[in-house]
Amino acid sequence: MQGTLSVSIWRGGRNARVGQFVAYDVPRLENQTVLDVVTYVQRKLDATLSYRFACRVGMCGSCAMTVNGRPRWTCRTHVARVATSGRLEIAPLKNLPVIKDLTVDMRDFFTKGVRAGGVFRPTSSRADDFAQIPPADPKRRVADDGIECIGCAICYAACDVVSWNPDYLGPAALNRAWTLVNDSRDGAGAARLRTVAGDAGCHSCHSQQGCQEHCPKHLNPTAAIAGLKRAVAVAALKGKL
Amino acid sequence: MRGARTHTWLWLAQRTSAMVLAAAVAVHLASIIAATQGGLSAAEIIGRVGGNGAWAAFYGVFVIAAAIHAPIGLRTILQEMTPLPSFSVNALSALLALGMGVMGMGAVIGLYGLGAG
Repeated sequence: MQGTLSVSIWRGGRNARVGQFVAYDVPRLENQTVLDVVTYVQRKLDATLSYRFACRVGMCGSCAMTVNGRPRWTCRTHVARVATSGRLEIAPLKNLPVIKDLTVDMRDFFTKGVRAGGVFRPTSSRADDFAQIPPADPKRRVADDGIECIGCAICYAACDVVSWNPDYLGPAALNRAWTLVNDSRDGAGAARLRTVAGDAGCHSCHSQQGCQEHCPKHLNPTAAIAGLKRAVAVAALKGKL
Repeated sequence: MRGARTHTWLWLAQRTSAMVLAAAVAVHLASIIAATQGGLSAAEIIGRVGGNGAWAAFYGVFVIAAAIHAPIGLRTILQEMTPLPSFSVNALSALLALGMGVMGMGAVIGLYGLGAG
């Protein structure tokens, strides 16, 4: 494959006062990913470009960026799929503070994971025998649907509710909480439900499904949040919230 | 986190009132379409519906459901789209609920009264 890609990359801080798009020409290659393009710019054209990546194979969740207006994992996004007109516009993820260029500050995102009750609360100790949970167990299946999250924050960047209400816990944090609600080994129970049902919690979700639409792992945080709403409502009706 | 019970009960109230509204709006629209097909005038419709306890009860439930449903939705919109403090948001929503309830029930009672004479 030959030719040149016209690439615009955001440089600087979040808004136009402290940042701008800068144009680069990058050689087009066979099987080229968006991360390959960014790496080429940093290594061959401008060493001051900041971006984040680690595994390059869709496991670590660190290379997410806004590509032609949509949040994507750049290591698994082929240029051929997104740059149909030979142009790429690469910007930092939305809804997160920009540190520099394509690097965003993920602290809010991960802190909300903890605030949403995303920490496993064991009900047994290492002295106890292994918990035996059949793979076909209905609650286990529901939990399995959400556990492949890699924490890339693409859902968070795609969520309009986060942009309207920066306190909103967000799809990834609530999805994680839902997997633990369905984990029979976990003992947080009503305490976690109270956590997710509070201010800017699961009831803030408008079910617009931007998270589900953009999740590179094809998870469905909207369904997880709907599950939380049901679980919280049942707990309230039973007087256990 | 704060407000877990409040948020949950508001959510339940909005969902429950939405279910009532779905049925009530369907009956309302169907009856309007059915009534106007035969060329009935407003006066003739009031003559048939007014003074009817069942219709008054139906529209009473309709008004209550709407007065619960809309202010909860407005509260969310005001919270997300305006910089208003939570006291003002809650006060405006409560005022809307009160206004819709009082005016709606006034209309229901008025319609019932029209048929009585």
